[in-house]
Amino acid sequence: MLPNPNSKYPIPYILHLADSTLILSQRNSEWCGHGPILEQDIAITNISLDLIGQSRNFYRYAASLIGNDATEDSLAYLRTEREFKNLLITELPNGDWGQTILRQFFFSTYQFYLFQQMQNSNDGQLAAIAAKALKEVTYHVRWSSEWVVRLGDGTDESHQRMLHAIDELKSYTGEFFVPADYEKEIGLDINLIRQQWEEKIKAVFEEATLPYPEKTFTQTGGKTGIHTEHLGFILAEMQHLQRTYPGAAW
Amino acid sequence: MVASTNISIQTVWQILATVTDPEVPVLTIMDLGIVRDIKIMEDAGIEVIITPTYTGCPAMDMISMNIKLAMVEHGYTHVKITSILSPAWTTDWMSEEGKRKLKEYGIAPPKGNAGTIAEDGIECPQCHSFHTKLLSEFGSTACKALYQCQDCKEPFDYFKCH
Ligand SMILES: [Zn+2]
Repeated sequence: MLPNPNSKYPIPYILHLADSTLILSQRNSEWCGHGPILEQDIAITNISLDLIGQSRNFYRYAASLIGNDATEDSLAYLRTEREFKNLLITELPNGDWGQTILRQFFFSTYQFYLFQQMQNSNDGQLAAIAAKALKEVTYHVRWSSEWVVRLGDGTDESHQRMLHAIDELKSYTGEFFVPADYEKEIGLDINLIRQQWEEKIKAVFEEATLPYPEKTFTQTGGKTGIHTEHLGFILAEMQHLQRTYPGAAW
Repeated sequence: MVASTNISIQTVWQILATVTDPEVPVLTIMDLGIVRDIKIMEDAGIEVIITPTYTGCPAMDMISMNIKLAMVEHGYTHVKITSILSPAWTTDWMSEEGKRKLKEYGIAPPKGNAGTIAEDGIECPQCHSFHTKLLSEFGSTACKALYQCQDCKEPFDYFKCH
């Protein structure tokens, strides 16, 4: 993949944004028909839809910069695990409802502060995608934070499950703020995003009577294509049709 | 066949005012404020510039197709649809007429301006009570939330401010 001299943001960075939203969308969609109650089944799948919309915008933009007949579909369906640059947290299995909620809250809060900066970027297309997505992400943050409070400050069982979810997920959140090489010159203030993110998480955790673990190990690798064993299974399921019947359409 | 060269932009606006939203069929795409601009291209084709309501709105492909079909019906075959993201669509662009039609259809129209997340005081489209309750942030489509009237007990969709 040759960088396009006109591109203000590096292509791998745009793919990273696209991949993270696509993979989390795919994960959340597994809840379709399995949500704890109908309204929440609909909520999580609506969030999936928003995320896949975002990923389509990012893939289309990346495809236009890459040229060579690249399309949103070829980028989503024909790249291998090592080429995917999604955050590790997006590919982890859903776990229980609490874990799904907590991941959404961590991720949406990160997106919220990231897109707040990105909507002012010099890269007009990326700024437009971010400004548009920010409106939806605002609802995702609100919805997921309310659930974190409801479960954290709920029953003994739901509280225990949230503690478990924090154990499972917290070490994957550091990756938001560890820039990959392609992220170093994009002009975003990642430290500010981290600060705002931590503040928001702590405030909601306090309301939810949940402890915020200050020191946790940081899992990284997703941004550079080093994934957990889970991504391969997601791609196998998501890509098998295009790989078995190349160019299939309906 | 009418040659595209003879068309006036005014006529195109009139034709587009007959295209409805597949998910909320009482609203036209003009009521929604989806059509941002119309241009006559150098080769005499017509370019219709639209913007999606929601990033992942699955209705957009169908809306594009319906625009083309409506134009073909009037004899204009050379039509190009361009989708732009900026400035981002907002419920502020929904016409007053559109809001009235929404309410008649049983969907509470967006209350307040974009950026406000209204939760209280949403009027029940059935009995007009303001004594209503948010059931779920996400309703039957991404653009709506689910409410219930505390007086007539009827659940209803609310078109969220965006
Ligand atoms: Zn009522």
